[in-house]
Amino acid sequence: MSHHLVEVTELHYTYPDGTSALRGISFLITHGESVAIIGANGAGKSTLLLHLNGCLLPQAGTVRIGGLPLNKKTLPQARRTVGMVFQDPDDQLFMPLVYDDVAFAPLNLGLPLEEVEEVVMGALARVGASHLKDRPPYRLSGGEKRAVAIASVLSMSPSILVMDEPTASLDPKTRRQLIELLKTFNHTLIIATHDLDLVMDLCRRTLVLKDGRLAADGPTLTLMQDEELLASCNLEKPLGMQGCPVCRRA
Amino acid sequence: MGNLESALFNIGYLETLAYQQTPLHRLDPRVKLLTTLVFIVAVVSFGKYEITGLLPFVIYPVVLIAVGNLPPGYLAKKVLLAAPFAFFIGIFNPLLDRAVLVHLGPLAISGGWVSFASIMLRFTLTVSAGFILIAGTGLNAVCLALDRLGAPRSFVLQLLFLYRYIFVLTDEALRLARARALRSFQGRGMGFKVFTYMIGQLLLRTLDRARRIHLAMLSRGFDGEIHLLRPLHLHGRDVVFFLGWSGLFALMRWYNLSDQLGRLVTELFQ
Repeated sequence: MSHHLVEVTELHYTYPDGTSALRGISFLITHGESVAIIGANGAGKSTLLLHLNGCLLPQAGTVRIGGLPLNKKTLPQARRTVGMVFQDPDDQLFMPLVYDDVAFAPLNLGLPLEEVEEVVMGALARVGASHLKDRPPYRLSGGEKRAVAIASVLSMSPSILVMDEPTASLDPKTRRQLIELLKTFNHTLIIATHDLDLVMDLCRRTLVLKDGRLAADGPTLTLMQDEELLASCNLEKPLGMQGCPVCRRA
Repeated sequence: MGNLESALFNIGYLETLAYQQTPLHRLDPRVKLLTTLVFIVAVVSFGKYEITGLLPFVIYPVVLIAVGNLPPGYLAKKVLLAAPFAFFIGIFNPLLDRAVLVHLGPLAISGGWVSFASIMLRFTLTVSAGFILIAGTGLNAVCLALDRLGAPRSFVLQLLFLYRYIFVLTDEALRLARARALRSFQGRGMGFKVFTYMIGQLLLRTLDRARRIHLAMLSRGFDGEIHLLRPLHLHGRDVVFFLGWSGLFALMRWYNLSDQLGRLVTELFQ
């Protein structure tokens, strides 16, 4: 299943204003893995994500998606393989109705019309949002928007799902529902987040970024116990691993 | 600030109205769009001193408001909001055109006042027809109809995106305005200079959002072409609606019904 591989080697990226966001990052993610990317604000998480489907192209180093190096020629293929869910659903849901939005990618892929209907309804059902199909996106609640944003990416059946802060601004119950939903996916999942409890729940492996470099790469459970590492990266132990706030016992 | 919020709420309300299920809402959007256009052309095509010929046209908004279960008070307020534009276009007529045109008993009315009244009447008719179109159809469906009727794609998309993001943009502006109001005291901080910074800030945020939206589009295979898919079906009732109203508009355009009615009444009493 080599076409689900994500391989990043010695990736560098400096923004036009001189901010050096990535300074040599390498890792390999294989099929079906769920990987968290964590780190302080400004550590380079979002920049890294933008490289994974070619929203940014490497200035130095390479990104390989499914064995193909990412460049202008392979962009369409890479974008189909990697589904990107943006942090703010308002950026992602730009079509007049939910249905149109979820149909956006399949129509661009040139699917026949009968199939589009099927794919769209399938994707909406997957995230439990079938009843929203005729609503305009700006009339949805935060959780509904998030669900539809995910459906709009699922509808192009990507092998790899990349998400930027999926639980940001969700209420606890909606957040829990989202986590349960993500657990049912067998895509390769790459999630950038500050929600370390979500990481504990979903991701076996974690990449820790610090100042544009990889500070650690390993099993989530091990890394989350390394208080020194976490502290040096502006992070904290997940709440679930901290002591009970009443009796102070772990 | 309260005004800004309620104005926003009002736009949303127009959209809520479009979600009703009435005979008016069930019509094909293309038919409603075309009928509205015929109505507007008919109303606008009258001579500049025409008033009596325009009056029968009131029947169109009245009937649609009734059939479409639309709130007349709300629509009237919307029309009033746009009225200053027409008012300033027409208000110079009474000053420029002082030749007496009509005598109502002892009162001499100049041509300027008559044409001013005509402008305001036309404005009320056409603008309310426009609002009824949106409230009875929804802007998205109107855009779809425009597209199907052959309006340029880029124009239709501009309109759709404008409508999609006007809520996001006003929300953002509202947050900025609120943030300023909360930290301004005794009028300090509410000045024009800060306002210009806020406008700049809003522009930058908008550009940034536009960039992110474009990325999101590219991520989903956008290649310069947006596919709008939603089948529209023309039914018998749509054709009847269009032909019926258009016929009536033509009749009212070529025969001054108020005039005829007036003659009839005076003849009866003689």
